[in-house]
Amino acid sequence: MTEEYDVIIIGAGPAGLVAAEKCAIDGLKTLCLEKKQEIGVPKRCAEGLGLGWIKRLGMTPDKKWAVQDISGAALYSPSGKKLEIRFHDVSGYVIERRVFEKELAKKASQAGATIRTKSNVTELKRENGKVNVTALEMEKTAHYSAPIIIACDGVESTIARKLGLNTVLKLNDVDSGFQYEMAGIEFENPDLIHLYFGIEVAPRGYLWIFPKGKDVANVGIGIGGTHEKSAKYYLDKFISAHPGLKKGSIIEVNAGAIPVGGFLKEMTADNLIVCGDAAHQVNPIHGGGMGTAMEAAILASKIAVEAHKKGDFSNETLKPYNSQWYELRGNQMLAILKRRHMLESMKDNDFEILVNSLTGEDVLKISEGELWQSAKIVTKKLIKHPNLAKIMLKYLK
Amino acid sequence: MIENDPVKCCYCGGCVAVCPVTCIELKETRIDVDNEKCINCSACVRICPVDAMKMVK
Repeated sequence: MTEEYDVIIIGAGPAGLVAAEKCAIDGLKTLCLEKKQEIGVPKRCAEGLGLGWIKRLGMTPDKKWAVQDISGAALYSPSGKKLEIRFHDVSGYVIERRVFEKELAKKASQAGATIRTKSNVTELKRENGKVNVTALEMEKTAHYSAPIIIACDGVESTIARKLGLNTVLKLNDVDSGFQYEMAGIEFENPDLIHLYFGIEVAPRGYLWIFPKGKDVANVGIGIGGTHEKSAKYYLDKFISAHPGLKKGSIIEVNAGAIPVGGFLKEMTADNLIVCGDAAHQVNPIHGGGMGTAMEAAILASKIAVEAHKKGDFSNETLKPYNSQWYELRGNQMLAILKRRHMLESMKDNDFEILVNSLTGEDVLKISEGELWQSAKIVTKKLIKHPNLAKIMLKYLK
Repeated sequence: MIENDPVKCCYCGGCVAVCPVTCIELKETRIDVDNEKCINCSACVRICPVDAMKMVK
């Protein structure tokens, strides 16, 4: 027997769960299918979430999942020089994703959505204006049907492929990520995220320590997807060289691919909207994707509701999602993508010069910056540090 | 031909994401490779964060 729904969301990560909640609140009969047996586990994530995102998404930080206040970042050059950037207040959190996502799942469920875990979608077929979904669920084969599918199935993005979109990631557009959650480690400043750069440390990427308490942290790395040695190799090498980390225990092993190279151009098709990692909606510089995914999910749910009002589920009705998303976030991200290409071409020595010539206060002023003030700082620095001028000329070309 | 080492594999799905012919499938905690479809491009080998994908003759 086929169960009929207004919308079927595939994947119960942050995007899928937010889409499920919003669709249900707006009165759609909503189903959300998750192939894993547990929501939020295993994480493919360093678990950093900016306060700006939490506010924009209408959430309130809850100590149950917002386990560590973060008020800035420490950047380390290849030679180990540190540049500390502190905001005036808490700017974000390291969260416990298994708790966060379960909370999202409860909210979606309370709103009226049906969630099924250990439900592995094997087939999607368009028929009479609807999509028939076949899923293996333990002892049975389940059949569902809905006129709209919202694909939130993560970086693999095979659901959209099954419905005709090409979502294959090119190696240049993806980072290979690996991480240990470690306990019993020693590091300074648990209120900062720590980022390490350098060709020997993390080629075409960075290595991070995201604290979850004073002696617990996600210690991870993202490197370009084209390197000979694996992400694990580089992370293990770094940990071996840092006694404060080496003495700790690994309490979780995480891996993941990060789609940092830009977004799907077409994120809709007949009966289909794609959200989150599946649409490659990730910040190209830092690789964070939770905020963007959830924001896109809200947009997708609005489009799904509109389509139901019109009774039309063709790409013609769904495709405003593309332009609306680019307007809301995509265009800003495209600008960030350009800066990524610049960062990728930076040599170790360039990092050293930057760290030597700028202070954290400068970086903060520049990033928050009124333009004239930034210009003033940069000009002053350029006079004092002629090497900085060389780098700027190199990368501003 | 591609072989997945289930001892090393962390089932992150990176190999699935980069496979141009969709011959790799992640089934919760298991990777299945359809070697009939594989074109030996080695994208999955290079993206794997833990060296769990191997090209074999």
